[in-house]
Amino acid sequence: MNTWTTVLVACALAFVLKFSGFVVPARLLEGPRISRISALLPAALLSGLIVTQTFAGSDGRIVLDARLAAVGVAGILLWRKANFLVVVGAAAATAALLRLAGWS
Amino acid sequence: MTIDEALPVSRRKEVVRQGVSVGVATGLYGVSFGALSVASGLSVLQTQALSLLMFTGGSQFALVGIIGAGGSGTSAIATASLLGIRNGLYALQVSQFLKAHGPKRMLAAHITIDESTAVGIGQEEPAAQRIGFWVTGLAVLAGWNLMTFVGALAGNALGDPKTWGLDAAAAGAFCALLWPRLATGDGRAAAVLAAFIALLTIPLVPAGIPVILAAVAAVIVGWMAHGRHERGEDGLPGAEPTP
Repeated sequence: MNTWTTVLVACALAFVLKFSGFVVPARLLEGPRISRISALLPAALLSGLIVTQTFAGSDGRIVLDARLAAVGVAGILLWRKANFLVVVGAAAATAALLRLAGWS
Repeated sequence: MTIDEALPVSRRKEVVRQGVSVGVATGLYGVSFGALSVASGLSVLQTQALSLLMFTGGSQFALVGIIGAGGSGTSAIATASLLGIRNGLYALQVSQFLKAHGPKRMLAAHITIDESTAVGIGQEEPAAQRIGFWVTGLAVLAGWNLMTFVGALAGNALGDPKTWGLDAAAAGAFCALLWPRLATGDGRAAAVLAAFIALLTIPLVPAGIPVILAAVAAVIVGWMAHGRHERGEDGLPGAEPTP
């Protein structure tokens, strides 16, 4: 498959997925159980994203490297009620400095 | 956007500021996407098309990552789309307070992503939810595309985005987005279970799938919590609002 085809098909599917959430009948979301689950979905997905972004190596192995330290720093800063940009900047700086110092 | 309920000016400013700062922060790691995409062999135009038309960071990173690693177009599309399912789930929630129709609904769908949903449903008042969603979505759209362009152009000059810690910046941003959701016991339980599922499945399934499997944590915790709440064990009425 040529790269442009891949890009455009994936873009179209991404929009279809987003739009589908707007057109499915609202009653599917009614009921406390479903609304409870859908309210918890972002927490589960974000947590899954953090873990994969932190631990996944290029070949599907678990890797402990500078990213873990960066996430640790982000966690401490969030606990200290730091601003979003500070957290993101400190995470990047932590990983960059550790790598500069030669740690993975 | 229509503001059909009176929202104090100070409150409105607060929500707008929140949305814009999320847009700026997310834009920052758009640099990392632009650089990574070009490094994976996509052209600047293809890179920009992804940020403008696909506009969902996780899927974009997955797509270029798989293409860069020599994966097939089909597996790249499949992984990107699996990651995009969560936007559909977000849209279910967003549509509850947005009430948009026609072309406006198409635009709303396009900007239904992690950040706009998080800021939107993070607000108490419906008017603030709508402002939060639109401002964040449009700010991220602008910032993400601008910085993707910068990253794509600078890609070769910048070298490996890892040198600048841009991969860790993304993880840091997800931490900041997750943080307020840990305020409730159910939120913490879902996050911890999801983390375990992702960690256990990373070595077993292709990249992108552990995140989808992690979503099962919400179903498990939500299902069990519902039974517990229904028996009145914690006195909470229905689903608690996300902080």
